[in-house]
Amino acid sequence: MASLTEPQVDRRRRGPTPRPRPGAARTLGRLLPLAPAVALLVVFLVGPILYSLYGSLTNRSMSGPGAADPQFIGLDNYTQLFSDGEFWTSVWLTVLFVGASAVIGQNGMGMALALLLRAASSPVRALVGTVVVGAWVLPEIVAAFAAYAFFSGDGTLNIVLGWFGLDGPAWLFTFPMLAVILANVWRGTAFSMMVYAAALNEVPPEITEAAELDGAQGWQQFAYITLPMIRRAVSTNLMLITLQTLGVFTLIWVMTGGGPGVQTSTLPVLAYQEAFKFMQVGYGTAIATMTLLVGALFSVLYIKVLKPEVD
Amino acid sequence: MVGTITPTAVAPDPRVATSVASPRKDRSKLLASVVLASIGVVFLVPMVWIVLAAFNPAATVSVALPSDPTLDNFTQVMTWETSFRPLWNSTVLSFGTASLTVVAATLAAYPLSRFQLRYRKPFMYSILFGTCLPITAMMVPVYALFVSLSLLDSIGGTILFLTASSLPMAIWMTKNFMDSVPVSLEEAAWTDGASSMTALRRIVVPLMRPGLSVVFIFVFTTTWGNFFVPFVLLFDTANQPAAVAIFNFFGQYGTVAYGRLAAFSILYATPVLVLYVLVQRLSGSSFAMAGAVKG
Repeated sequence: MASLTEPQVDRRRRGPTPRPRPGAARTLGRLLPLAPAVALLVVFLVGPILYSLYGSLTNRSMSGPGAADPQFIGLDNYTQLFSDGEFWTSVWLTVLFVGASAVIGQNGMGMALALLLRAASSPVRALVGTVVVGAWVLPEIVAAFAAYAFFSGDGTLNIVLGWFGLDGPAWLFTFPMLAVILANVWRGTAFSMMVYAAALNEVPPEITEAAELDGAQGWQQFAYITLPMIRRAVSTNLMLITLQTLGVFTLIWVMTGGGPGVQTSTLPVLAYQEAFKFMQVGYGTAIATMTLLVGALFSVLYIKVLKPEVD
Repeated sequence: MVGTITPTAVAPDPRVATSVASPRKDRSKLLASVVLASIGVVFLVPMVWIVLAAFNPAATVSVALPSDPTLDNFTQVMTWETSFRPLWNSTVLSFGTASLTVVAATLAAYPLSRFQLRYRKPFMYSILFGTCLPITAMMVPVYALFVSLSLLDSIGGTILFLTASSLPMAIWMTKNFMDSVPVSLEEAAWTDGASSMTALRRIVVPLMRPGLSVVFIFVFTTTWGNFFVPFVLLFDTANQPAAVAIFNFFGQYGTVAYGRLAAFSILYATPVLVLYVLVQRLSGSSFAMAGAVKG
């Protein structure tokens, strides 16, 4: 039992102590609890990612000769992808969706709500906070149905516009992109709001009070004092909502199905359609790989921001 | 009961509530409350539709007070095939995923939190990286992997994948919770001859029970709400969870039966709302999940 009774703890140990044999066995014993998690991660996360890289180089399909015996076709899928107008439309739509609904919509709205929550009276604060978080807590598919009904031709939005004598269009057909962007703002703003509410609470009141004494106006205080103090929360939040929005599928799929035509096929929707509707698994995998690469790029940036917390 | 009456009587009018403050502050407070309340109404309207439509036998896509509110929509969808089997499948998927995730994450977090390991930093970076990856973008290759492992349409296989995709976040959260449990208690146990696994089971896990419950509920609700993964990996209606069943129901009857769709949505969403309130209680903060995500 001797070796088990004295597991060493971080702070007791200074620097690496090279010990030959018993040390190696002990290290192995210590690593053992990691095994189930590592096995699952390797098989079900690392596996598909590596497969994604390889599969995008084959002509694999759902049926026909490409299904039984997929051939290695090199970069053909990518050449086809980069010369495909639909792909570039999809890239543009994804940038638009992420930029408008996450970076501008959720981020700006979340900040505005967090500031208003601090300024408003407490019953209003509690009620509105609950409502906004409610849209975020709802299962995605239920939120998608609610948004679908709201933007439908005979939906609530057009009825309200009718009260003001306005004849609203069929939003999901005429302005499908605007509808899914607004729906995603409605659904996701709570996250930014909570991050910013927590960050604003950390700003010491002495500092804003001092600025007020020095004659700083409300917006000056915000721009020169508050915003610089919570900049880490802002960059963390921007990275996280960008990554979340990049992966949004259900909301778009339920509201428009990527249509009409391809007017709302962002990259995840396009990858799904290519692989499962048009049965081109290899081609769909190439789109998935591109999306993963963009996601990986943002993840690396995010980790750079969070670096001090790991070290 | 004075205590409960006073705040409600005073609070709605902020000008009365803060009579000591300057009139300028009062005005800005009132303005902020009005603006906030209007935004709140906009956020509320789409959700109100679900509730009103569920009790309306003649529901359409627009918000309308039911002229003749009934529970008919609920009784019609509450059959084994329509609701109970999908809800049961959701329970199996979510419970299985959450349990497996919590066990694997706790085991993995222990050496990461307690021992000086050579590859700890790169490992934690990879975990953080894993929390960021958009899982939706991965589903095409995952589908291909499931074909070659012949795991398609298997609830067990789906649970394994969902576990793997929740593990990065769960390990991250669990390690942070475990770091806040003091080592001194375990040192006492080690001196008494307990192995590190015994110390984990008898001392660390009981101490971090609230934290582990937060992780469990977090994974449970995420899985419960997940539509895309079971949509791609499970075909047989007998295996499909409520998220997919509700989507198929929408495809078949949606355009004619909005009331039943809304009733089904409420049955499906309620457990998540209850669990969210529970997490707030457990962690003592309404914004706990965001805090946990923030790291």
